[in-house]
Amino acid sequence: MKRIYVNEEWCLGCHLCEYNCAYANSGIKDMVKALKGAEINPKIHIEESGKITYAVSCRHCEDPICVKSCISGALSKKDGIVCIDKNKCIGCFTCILVCPYGAIRPSDEHAVQKCELCINNSVEMPACVKGCPNKAIVYEER
Amino acid sequence: MKNYVIIGGSVASVGCIEGIRSADKEGKIIMLCKEKVPAYCRPLISYYLQKKTDFQKMKYRSDKFYQENNVELIYEECKKIDTSNKSVYTEKGIYPYDKLCIATGSSPFVPHFKGIEKIKNKFCFMTQDDALSLEKTIDKNSDVLIIGAGLIGLKCAEGLTGRVKSITICDLSTRILSSILDEESAKLMQKNLEKNGIKFLLGDSVSEFNNDSATMLSGKQIRFDILVTAVGVKPNIDIASDASIETEKGIIVDNNMLTSVPDIYSAGDCAQGYNMSSDTKSIIAIWPNAYMQGYCAGVNMAGQIKEFDNAIPMNAIGFFGLHALTAGIYKGKVYKEKSENAIKKLFFEDGKLVGYILIGNIENAGIYTSVIREKIPLSSLNSNILKKQPSLAVFNEKNRRKKLGGVV
Ligand SMILES: Cc1cc2nc3c(=O)[nH]c(=O)nc-3n(C[C@H](O)[C@H](O)[C@H](O)COP(=O)(O)OP(=O)(O)OC[C@H]3O[C@@H](n4cnc5c(N)ncnc54)[C@H](O)[C@@H]3O)c2cc1C
Repeated sequence: MKRIYVNEEWCLGCHLCEYNCAYANSGIKDMVKALKGAEINPKIHIEESGKITYAVSCRHCEDPICVKSCISGALSKKDGIVCIDKNKCIGCFTCILVCPYGAIRPSDEHAVQKCELCINNSVEMPACVKGCPNKAIVYEER
Repeated sequence: MKNYVIIGGSVASVGCIEGIRSADKEGKIIMLCKEKVPAYCRPLISYYLQKKTDFQKMKYRSDKFYQENNVELIYEECKKIDTSNKSVYTEKGIYPYDKLCIATGSSPFVPHFKGIEKIKNKFCFMTQDDALSLEKTIDKNSDVLIIGAGLIGLKCAEGLTGRVKSITICDLSTRILSSILDEESAKLMQKNLEKNGIKFLLGDSVSEFNNDSATMLSGKQIRFDILVTAVGVKPNIDIASDASIETEKGIIVDNNMLTSVPDIYSAGDCAQGYNMSSDTKSIIAIWPNAYMQGYCAGVNMAGQIKEFDNAIPMNAIGFFGLHALTAGIYKGKVYKEKSENAIKKLFFEDGKLVGYILIGNIENAGIYTSVIREKIPLSSLNSNILKKQPSLAVFNEKNRRKKLGGVV
């Protein structure tokens, strides 16, 4: 299946992926309205250490420990994608306790949030990938 | 075609079903369950009281799950296992098995207190039924006394907050969550619970009950309308020990979840398996462990080989928005950061991270958990970053590239 892969060599640390993610998931059409002045809480985040920067989002593991650990049955794997049912999630943070990548974060609502490869955003490619100026984030089969 | 029988119908059993079906799509699976409902998210009963969820949403798997996985769900209690003719017995039937999994979980442990038998409104807090009966009995004027300041007692208190007049929790231990937190961390959590109106009597317990009041060991008198006992749980192992399956505190299993008797497996809160943190066999009574043990049992029952050898104690607990994430064992050298509303403690031994307590800032905690479970030596990690803020920067470039550029 296609996944998001990140190459830290090419990452500029520009944080555009974070903005594109937040915009794509905001449900708001107007980018200015969605982002201006807003404190964004995206499902992908840039980590920086010295000169190195890279983006981290859900790895959609083959054998996802978050799904196995979820105490509310909110996390599941559908067609290879680790999905979250926000309706079921009660924000206990067990998934944050176990995710080896730090890819699941609290959200502004009661539930946690994570990358779902933009499947619900009616775009053909995840927003972070599409907007990455240096192709450090790609969406492909490996 | 194999006959699989699973005793118990909760998360370990669902894990077992999914484990079996990963390797065997044909065999017949029978699941016996005493509670007359399909698997539900037991830890969510307090969220139910808070009205943050309902019984429909609390279903652990979709309604189609049992049918899709060709599972016959039978609401009967298993009374006996006969290992010689490989059958289990309920009051109504006999179910032969080729492979059996005992996933009976645990029951509340209610110690005897003088006068407790005369109390009408007394509850445990383990099941949907418990939550329902409690809900039916409480009202805005209820004074609630909870015995036990562990996870279950505290979660019950959080669930009742705002729906009753007062909540008092007592515990013989001098700190709350004594099996998960140290003194300092427990204080921080307690402060937040108190801020939300919950009263504590620690280092104290009930000496005797006189109808609607309790005389405490300290001599204090506590009046109450509703009593919840949440002192602890006991694993349901009688049917196993009666069948001469080796038990201690729980049913002894190896890393394949096999018991001392061939073809009989066990998983979840009733099973005593390898605990990597203590390097002993112990019961790790948490949801993720129950699932993973169940899954492992299922794969082996279906004839493939799977080991589960890195179980560690770990907990994500939160009350009124303050979360504590903990894992592993608290020994060795301590690295500590503390502020008014947050604590971080990392425990290092033999050149490895072996445990942690995080309260408040819990971001990326799972990176710590994985470093512990994978026993990654500090020498191959950037330990300064590890201490400051867990991120993938703790790993060297090669490892990180594998994580971000590979199929994991
Ligand atoms: C209020 C509460 C909050 C919790 N919060 C958390 C949390 O936040 N995180 C966490 O990790 N864990 C939590 N737990 C613990 C978690 O719920 C358990 O670890 C988990 O449910 C264990 O699953 P299990 O399948 O082993 O057994 P159980 O869930 O105990 O289920 C066993 C089932 O087997 C049935 N059974 C027993 N004997 C028989 C028999 N002879 N025949 C047929 N059926 C039988 C029982 O009726 C029961 O339905 C919480 C528990 C409670 C009560």
